[in-house]
Amino acid sequence: MRWTDEEVEQWMGRVLQIGVAVAALVVFIGGVVYLVHEGGEEPDYRNFHDVAPWLKTTSGIAQAVITGHGRALIQLGILLMIATPVMRVVFAVFAFAVEKDWLYTGVSCFVLAVLSYALFLAR
Amino acid sequence: MTATALSAFIFVGSLVAGFLGSLTGLGGGVVIVPLLALAFGIDIRYAIGASLVSVIATSSGAAAAYVREGFSNIRIGMFLEMATTVGALAGAALATHVSTSAIAVVFGLVLMYSAAIGSEHPRTGAAAAGNASSRLAEKLRLNGSYPSPDAGAVDGWCAYGARRVPAGFSLMFGAGVLSGLLGIGSGAVKVLAMDRAMGLPFKVSTTTSNFMIGVTAAASAGVYLARGYVDPGLAMPVMLGVVGGALAGSKLLVSAPVSILRWVFRGVLAALAIEMIYNGLTGRI
Repeated sequence: MRWTDEEVEQWMGRVLQIGVAVAALVVFIGGVVYLVHEGGEEPDYRNFHDVAPWLKTTSGIAQAVITGHGRALIQLGILLMIATPVMRVVFAVFAFAVEKDWLYTGVSCFVLAVLSYALFLAR
Repeated sequence: MTATALSAFIFVGSLVAGFLGSLTGLGGGVVIVPLLALAFGIDIRYAIGASLVSVIATSSGAAAAYVREGFSNIRIGMFLEMATTVGALAGAALATHVSTSAIAVVFGLVLMYSAAIGSEHPRTGAAAAGNASSRLAEKLRLNGSYPSPDAGAVDGWCAYGARRVPAGFSLMFGAGVLSGLLGIGSGAVKVLAMDRAMGLPFKVSTTTSNFMIGVTAAASAGVYLARGYVDPGLAMPVMLGVVGGALAGSKLLVSAPVSILRWVFRGVLAALAIEMIYNGLTGRI
């Protein structure tokens, strides 16, 4: 099967739209849960003091989401939002490979490698 | 202030920022950080973390539409993303080594630049300057075509080429650094690289820039999240507000007051720029 550039573009647009909509919905639900449970607290954002360690890693967020924790749900939505453009790049790798455009398959792989480094290794 | 009240205030502020940013084409991200830092007294690192997430949201949302209309050039975008993502990592790394005051001053200068160039239509008929590609651009297959009602277009599609690829690529690295350091999309610098340096049509430059902003911001957002700069309680109202505002702005098709709004918005940017630089220099941020 061969894809035309136009078809690839249509699909990329769809990937982006669905990603943003799902991520925003998760953040919204998380926001409601957060405000219902912790809305009365007075958070301090004036001084930087680092967020809780379990809100900084994928595994930590995943564990807290299961317990229905509001802030963890928001963080999951944020992870989904960050993942949306990454999915777009993953999609591009496959789309260019199917088109047998090896130059741009390589270019997309490079961008994906930088993003993976940023998400999983950089501190 | 309780979390509920603070969320409500930040949501409304972000809604207005997203709305004006989308309506004027200047982007909402550039006012979110000053809004949070100056009006709410929030630590600039939290503000940048929250802003980055909203930048990804608006960029991806708008890019979806542009890509499907055929304006963005996916090859140019992907090629230049090699420069912006590496730049974004460098910027995010830099953010931990410089003081918040220095970040505030650099932010002020970028705001000043955004206010000065605005979203004015530079060099009308950029494509007419010649649609021949340089040899390097030819090899990289950066040429393309976009929907256009112009006389020179064939079947409603206008062909274009790309030039000065190394210059554009270097500028893109700089755009990535600023994005990672300041938590903004730095669309103004991206457009500068594509429109002025590479000679791409304005519409192609702006839409491809928008398309790239999400990927660039995702690179630095990952680093900010891992460092604990993304606080969910803060990012939630900012993201939902900016997305809601941008959506409303893109749906509203008012033509008349936009130019006035743009001037007002540019005035706001200039005022914020001065405020940021002053607060940075006096060490209040």
